[in-house]
Amino acid sequence: MAKNNSSNDIFDRMLTIDRRWIFILLAIVVVTVYIIEPTVPVLVTREVQQLYDHIESLKEGDVILLAMDYDPSTLAELHPMTYTVLKQCFKKKVKVLVTALHQNGPGMADQALRETVAIHEAATGDTLEYGRDYVFLGYKPYPAIVINSMGQDFHISFPADYYNTSIDSLPLTQRVHNLTDLDAIINISGTSATDYWIAYGAAAYNVPLGIGVTGVMATDYYPYLQAGRIFGLMGGLKGAAEYEQLADNVGRATAGMAMQMWAHVLIIFFIVLGNVGYFMTRNRTGKE
Amino acid sequence: MSELFWMSVSGFLTLFIFSFLYKDNPFYKFAEHLVVGVSAGYFTMILLVTSLWPKLIDSIAAGQYFYIIPGILGMMMFFRFSKTKSWLARYPIAIYIGVGAALEMILQLQARVIEQLNATIKIAGSIQNAGSIGDVVNNLIIIVGVVCGLAYFYFSKEHKGAFGGAATVGIWVLMVGFGASFGYTVMARISLLIDRVQFLGNWINLITG
Repeated sequence: MAKNNSSNDIFDRMLTIDRRWIFILLAIVVVTVYIIEPTVPVLVTREVQQLYDHIESLKEGDVILLAMDYDPSTLAELHPMTYTVLKQCFKKKVKVLVTALHQNGPGMADQALRETVAIHEAATGDTLEYGRDYVFLGYKPYPAIVINSMGQDFHISFPADYYNTSIDSLPLTQRVHNLTDLDAIINISGTSATDYWIAYGAAAYNVPLGIGVTGVMATDYYPYLQAGRIFGLMGGLKGAAEYEQLADNVGRATAGMAMQMWAHVLIIFFIVLGNVGYFMTRNRTGKE
Repeated sequence: MSELFWMSVSGFLTLFIFSFLYKDNPFYKFAEHLVVGVSAGYFTMILLVTSLWPKLIDSIAAGQYFYIIPGILGMMMFFRFSKTKSWLARYPIAIYIGVGAALEMILQLQARVIEQLNATIKIAGSIQNAGSIGDVVNNLIIIVGVVCGLAYFYFSKEHKGAFGGAATVGIWVLMVGFGASFGYTVMARISLLIDRVQFLGNWINLITG
């Protein structure tokens, strides 16, 4: 009888673990893996491969629009995507137009652009010229209206770039007037702006669109991939790590994969524990 | 020195936010209010500098006087704060909703409904020409999932018999979808923790040289 009571106590405890124990264990696991730095294989999925292949297929002088629609709160997942895509484009001498349609994003986007340019120049010895090789258009409010107007003419929303220079004076924006002049749009986003790029950019003007989104958003966009509306998709840190592998640019996302894996193992353990506790106490309640 | 200072500010603020995991405390409150205040201030200035000033003030100064109309409509929004004149705010809101609905209706219907429907019909038509057994199975799962998912949301007929069975399959399909979303959400939240751990590691390395 006493043995039965003690086993019941264990199952009750499984259901009432103080969440702070879970936080502490999670922190210990992540910090330990960070210190040990084990490596885990990153398998590349078809949707990330398609995105990479599309950018690889672009020729020197082609133009893409990189829409960085996120703010620092989702930087952890999305910045590795931005850095890798920018480096790949600069390496292939593809011209890049950048927008940042999140109100807290333009300063961060400007910093990312400057850093990537500096890294590319230091690594290759090439010089990237602002206005000829890349242009940062900046931020304007209401993404749906901005994207819709960019389909007609960039001047409507962006008569001047982020640094207040008229886009008429920049060689790149002298030859690229609207979305149909682009060879691809890459939207890296932590907001609903992706919906607008799909509806107002890709669908309305038939421009090839690839996306990189946070893990929370990823499942919402697989139907568009299956329908062919987007040509590729990076989902969360795993998608970023896959892209880093493909672009031979191993960085923060790849480094985070081992921590991600062991944290998932711990979370799965707690899910199993909670379910065992739930079913055992449910059976006991049924017998009573 | 400047880098160490700002990284230390970020490092302490990160620890303040993490302190909430133990329990609510003044350090967490301070960091939380700082984030809200800085975000609101940054957003206000970005909006003013990148949009309101060049689009409204500069345009009017350049002789494009029709910008006065949207300017007045924008200012009418502030009547919402008046108890007696709040009805005036309904006009700009009505215009905003009207334009928004017109824009959304056609393009969202095209991208979210018609193209998805078209893609599903194409799958149904191409099952016999699918390249491999795996493709055939995938296509069948999509078609069965779509039909059964729709059956679950059809409430004009009681969910009994074969129709009830289809609706039950629909629930399972939805559950699989929710499970995938949950898995991705866990990954996203852990990614934020990983980023902070990497940052704190860099901060400690900077301090210790």
